[in-house]
Amino acid sequence: MTVGVWHRLDQAGRGLTPITVTVLLVLVGMIPVQVPFYGPATPAFGLAAVYYWAIHRPDLLRPAFAFAVGVMNDLLSGLPLGLTALTYILVYWVVLTQRRFFLGHSFLLLWWGFALVAFGAAVLAWLVFSILSFSIRPMSTVLFQSVMTTALFPVLAWLFIRIHRVFLQRS
Amino acid sequence: MRNRPTGSQIRVASPVRALAQRFSFLLLVLAAIAMMMVGKVDTLLVEGLRTRATDAVVPILDALSRPVATATGVLDRVGELADLRADNERLRLENARLMQWQQAALRLDAENRSLRALLNYKPDPAATFVTARVVADPGGTFVRSVIVTAGRRDGVRKGQAALAGHGVIGRVVEVGEWSARVLLLTDLNARVPVVLEATRHRAVLSGDNTDQPRLIHLPPDASVAIGERVVTSGSGGLLPAGLPVGIVASVGDQTVKVEPMVDLDRLEHVQIVDYGLAWPLTEGGTRAGELP
Repeated sequence: MTVGVWHRLDQAGRGLTPITVTVLLVLVGMIPVQVPFYGPATPAFGLAAVYYWAIHRPDLLRPAFAFAVGVMNDLLSGLPLGLTALTYILVYWVVLTQRRFFLGHSFLLLWWGFALVAFGAAVLAWLVFSILSFSIRPMSTVLFQSVMTTALFPVLAWLFIRIHRVFLQRS
Repeated sequence: MRNRPTGSQIRVASPVRALAQRFSFLLLVLAAIAMMMVGKVDTLLVEGLRTRATDAVVPILDALSRPVATATGVLDRVGELADLRADNERLRLENARLMQWQQAALRLDAENRSLRALLNYKPDPAATFVTARVVADPGGTFVRSVIVTAGRRDGVRKGQAALAGHGVIGRVVEVGEWSARVLLLTDLNARVPVVLEATRHRAVLSGDNTDQPRLIHLPPDASVAIGERVVTSGSGGLLPAGLPVGIVASVGDQTVKVEPMVDLDRLEHVQIVDYGLAWPLTEGGTRAGELP
């Protein structure tokens, strides 16, 4: 009996892994790192997490949670409320429809897919922010940020794959 | 052992399920757009949510950012060793120069005191500082603000100036119980009334999301020299006068760019200044002992 309870708790805990990883990455992304130009071009760690888990375990990172993480990001970073939430939901939606494609192919394809997603997210964010502030903002910083995130994606993906194997592979 | 299917297997969804899923996505998208509208209209509500969120998260960020700060500290120290001799020489010269300034300052102070006594002048109220650590530097692309570990309980109020070492870095825009958000000078929405120290021309320092904010509302005939110091003017009564803000970096056709005194990418600790001025327009009402 007790074994059953612990087992269920264990399973529940493991099930929370994608959400925890995503939330932690969003928070870690906000930590000030004393490197020049890091501030304006902080990689969008949360986006990479949503992308990965939407492909590999969408049952554990439901759209509502991705939305909630986006809202949290907006509240903490001072961005217009709903901007990151919209980005995450659209990314999740787009990626979900292409899941089969990504699962069957190599890592390079996954990376390429992320490059496209990051670029799309950057353009979307720029568009929405321009509309909300009634002015055309320069695109350079946001594009630079997406390039940085894409460049860092292999490191993040390695991390995700390790976590995936350790916490979620056994049933 | 039951063969539990993993999520990676492709599940065959019934048509109803697929429709419900698509509907829920659409619902979430609409919710996000609705939030953006609400954010535009009712900023007070969003501000309340934001302060609650920062209050909730600041303890975690505080713990998370300490290892990073320690690591950067170690790297800094290693770097410093390399320049030890040159630094020493530079500091010796600077010290000698500052000793001369100290003599001048003491002389002026004595003169000031005697003149004030003659005029029956009321001195400015004393300033109190709240020192806080920067635990988050989020956003970056569209918003330039930092979250600090001091809030209402430490005496921080909306509108107070935030300094770091040499000069002003921004203003407090949101205050939680034990956390606050400081809008940096470089943010799009930052406006600080300033005055050019030498020529006494008044202007407004306006951030534009680049590293160097610009001066707007400058008198059209004003001549600005590169290297001129820019200080707060105290107009509007929200920021005290005389705080160093930056140095004029470039004078273009239409725009004058100012380099902030403090490197805004390397903020670690800030001092939030409470000059004890009355704040009739800010929320929170009057504090004990303060005139309404």
